Amino acid sequence: MLKLESVDVAYGHVQALTGVSIEVRDGELVTLLGANGAGKSSALMTVSGIVRPKAGALSYDGVDLSKTSPFDIVKLGVIHCPEGRRIFGGLTVQENLRMGAMRRADAPAVRRDMEWVYSLFPVLGQRRRQAGSTLSGGEQQMLAISRALMAEPRLLMLDEPSLGLAPLVVKAIFQVIRELHRRGVTILLVEQNVRQALAVADRGYVLVTGKIALEGTGADLRAHPELEQAYLSTAKAHP
Amino acid sequence: MSGGELLLQQLINAVSVGSLYALMAIGLAMVFGILRLINFAHGDLIMVGSYVALLLMMAGLPFLMAAAAGTAASTIAGLVLERVAYRPLRGAHEIAMLLTSFSVTIFLENLAIILFRPTSRPFAAPALLRGVIEMGQLRVASLDLIAIAIAAVLLLGLTLFVKRTTIGIAMRAASQDLLAARLMGINVNAVIATAFAIGSLLAGVVGLLWSARVGKIDPLMGFNPVLKAFVASVIGGLGSLPGAVIGAYVLGGLEILLQGLLPSALTPYRDAFVFAILIALLLFRPNGILGSTEREKI
Amino acid sequence: MAMRARAGGSPGADPSPTIGARLLSRLLVPVVLLGGLAVALGAVSLFAGDYLLRIVIIIGINVILVAALNLSNGFTGVFSLGHVGFMAIGAYAASILTLPVHLKAVNLPDLPRWLGGAALPFLPATLIAGLIAMAVALAVGLSLMRLKGAYISVATLGFLVIVQVILVNWDSLTRGARTFAGVPPYATVWNVWIWAALTVYAVWRIGASAFGRDMRGARDNEIAAQSLGVSVLRSRLLAFCLSAFLTGVAGSLWAHFITSFSPKSFFFTQAFSIITMLVIGGLGSVSGSVIGVVLITVFSELLRNAERGFDLGFLRLPPLYGASQILMAVLFILVIVFRPAGLLGGREIDVRGILRRMTAPRREKPKEEDL
Repeated sequence: MLKLESVDVAYGHVQALTGVSIEVRDGELVTLLGANGAGKSSALMTVSGIVRPKAGALSYDGVDLSKTSPFDIVKLGVIHCPEGRRIFGGLTVQENLRMGAMRRADAPAVRRDMEWVYSLFPVLGQRRRQAGSTLSGGEQQMLAISRALMAEPRLLMLDEPSLGLAPLVVKAIFQVIRELHRRGVTILLVEQNVRQALAVADRGYVLVTGKIALEGTGADLRAHPELEQAYLSTAKAHP
Repeated sequence: MSGGELLLQQLINAVSVGSLYALMAIGLAMVFGILRLINFAHGDLIMVGSYVALLLMMAGLPFLMAAAAGTAASTIAGLVLERVAYRPLRGAHEIAMLLTSFSVTIFLENLAIILFRPTSRPFAAPALLRGVIEMGQLRVASLDLIAIAIAAVLLLGLTLFVKRTTIGIAMRAASQDLLAARLMGINVNAVIATAFAIGSLLAGVVGLLWSARVGKIDPLMGFNPVLKAFVASVIGGLGSLPGAVIGAYVLGGLEILLQGLLPSALTPYRDAFVFAILIALLLFRPNGILGSTEREKI
Repeated sequence: MAMRARAGGSPGADPSPTIGARLLSRLLVPVVLLGGLAVALGAVSLFAGDYLLRIVIIIGINVILVAALNLSNGFTGVFSLGHVGFMAIGAYAASILTLPVHLKAVNLPDLPRWLGGAALPFLPATLIAGLIAMAVALAVGLSLMRLKGAYISVATLGFLVIVQVILVNWDSLTRGARTFAGVPPYATVWNVWIWAALTVYAVWRIGASAFGRDMRGARDNEIAAQSLGVSVLRSRLLAFCLSAFLTGVAGSLWAHFITSFSPKSFFFTQAFSIITMLVIGGLGSVSGSVIGVVLITVFSELLRNAERGFDLGFLRLPPLYGASQILMAVLFILVIVFRPAGLLGGREIDVRGILRRMTAPRREKPKEEDL
């Protein structure tokens, strides 16, 4: 279980998160919503150890993440699929996937996972020897998620997987997210696409300028009158 | 000598010089690609390897063993440098890292001056490296041929390494997106150490070939090679390994070409012309030959 | 100057300043600083021995070099590594102009007649030298200022090498690699420090001006700056050229202080020491530059003396030439690792602020019994 308790994160003088408390229990799909700049990505970066909290407690399965190196955090099974995809453009699809599995020693298991990933996203299988930079935006997002899956995540953190993608592609990606959830992968999903996110999530939190403004089950949030308010600053209209 | 033979002679010269530059430039490109660090101290690794080899030879060791030890010394020096001087600066601003590498150079050079005195010492290469092969009217230094052969083998080995081995692929990944690499759990420390180790090993080899070519060594000998390696990397596109190699051979060719074409009154200005051409090149391709043509839109 | 009566309001509030008071405060600081400087220089020139005098002059010249470098490296973020090239151009240009005619005939026999037949006084020669350096900067800068980050630095290094090669090979003009000697010793504590004061003032004013703000904006976020209409190329180029002018002037001053030099005097060691002073004082801070210069110059002089080895009876240190460089390099690395923003963190010393706080009326603390 992932637990953040009253976490404060600042970049120099800029406060990104204030007193944020979030819980993600095993098997849950929790979504973190909020407008641009609300601090969602900072939250994920803090969990994966790239950024350290100024205050507050941060643990996964009892292990204090604020004192663990990013490398060891990945070893715990906490995998962060970053915003903007960030696949390795010069490497082939296959090599990208290999990189995701780099710290794993069990070669046959890695190969099986690779086949599974190709079954989830057949188009990646077709392009397996192509360089990452030649893929379309949607395909790159699929590759990014697959690369994260290759790391055998116990907690998968996805940062805005639908950003900049066509509606049909978004639908396909959310179908995969649903499938992963069904298989029992614990997921922390950061999204701006409120509708899709709340459709798959068990629970959610809404961040407004670094603070948790709302929290509740997916259904509660969907019906919440203030949800739109929390978004009005820079929300984009999503289908 | 006929025109064809002259051309061949110069070509061999150019490829030989280019090979040395290529081996140096690769080391720089590897480190820059991952860390965005311009490692000026790379040149001093040449110096370290050569001095260690010289001392061992003076102590009676045969050349090949001394050479191997010298190369090992360079590699170790490079790793120590990474651990002590550069790791604390991970993530610092580009300029800070550049200046630190500058200071490390000054540190190493002056240390060498204190230990070995600033005057140069003769470097006695074995007969094999000093020989000259005659083919018709052509006189080719065996050193040139050996340098080309060694470079070819090393470059081939390196290509296989970055394309086939996991850590080689990880190095390419890290140089494309270091943050994503960290998030994937790639052991960035190990990757960086490997990059330094390989680069330093190559520098050690270059050092020995260079010293054999020039015939003497001195504490400041690394300065010129590292500057040339830089220029080579910039020509090919900073951070790109194939770019570094291409840039190096272009530079070697350019130097030999200018040497031949410039009127004798202007040949001492050869290096100035090389740099002027570099600056001109950067105007049209600000990111080097293999880099994108994207320029700063100002 | 009529002082208005204290305006109403809570006791202890600062009175609103009159025009006269404001004028006085604005002039007060520069006048006090300059006055103090003049007194210090007067004392030095009257009472100090030769050695101390030389150090003071060197500090003055370094102040000009570092302040000028701050103008380009600190304010615009264009990290020039080859600025020493402009110093060399200034030094050689001015010296060729001021060298007495009879010496020119001996040392530079191949000079064209219009150069060889005349010797200019100090100020015109220095100004011309600065302008020549600036012209070169314009030519070079037009191409270099478009490059990115590391490429600009390597390109300026290339520029330095080009200058070096030209100096070493253009014998008829520069005596090549041989020592260029006989330069008339026109540099004095006074004229060096007048230039230094002017430079510091100019760079400081530029930094505080709208132009300076544009430059720093472009340094920190090019795209944003451009969207506000700032021409990044123009601001970089302007800063580069002005900086080159001042560096050229410093070169001339240095040449007329040291009276003999060679191309080797303007290469990497010099470049590194100037950059060290800049970084330690703090990139972007003019007052920091001054402090950096004083500290490093004094420190390296002390180290250089220690290099010769000394005998304290219980402690004997053999000569260790090059040790001072090593220590400087280590110091530099430590500063970069632990305090990369330099001593002042890129900010200026707020002299007025300090004075205000020292002279502000003290608030009466309420006595405990009265509460």
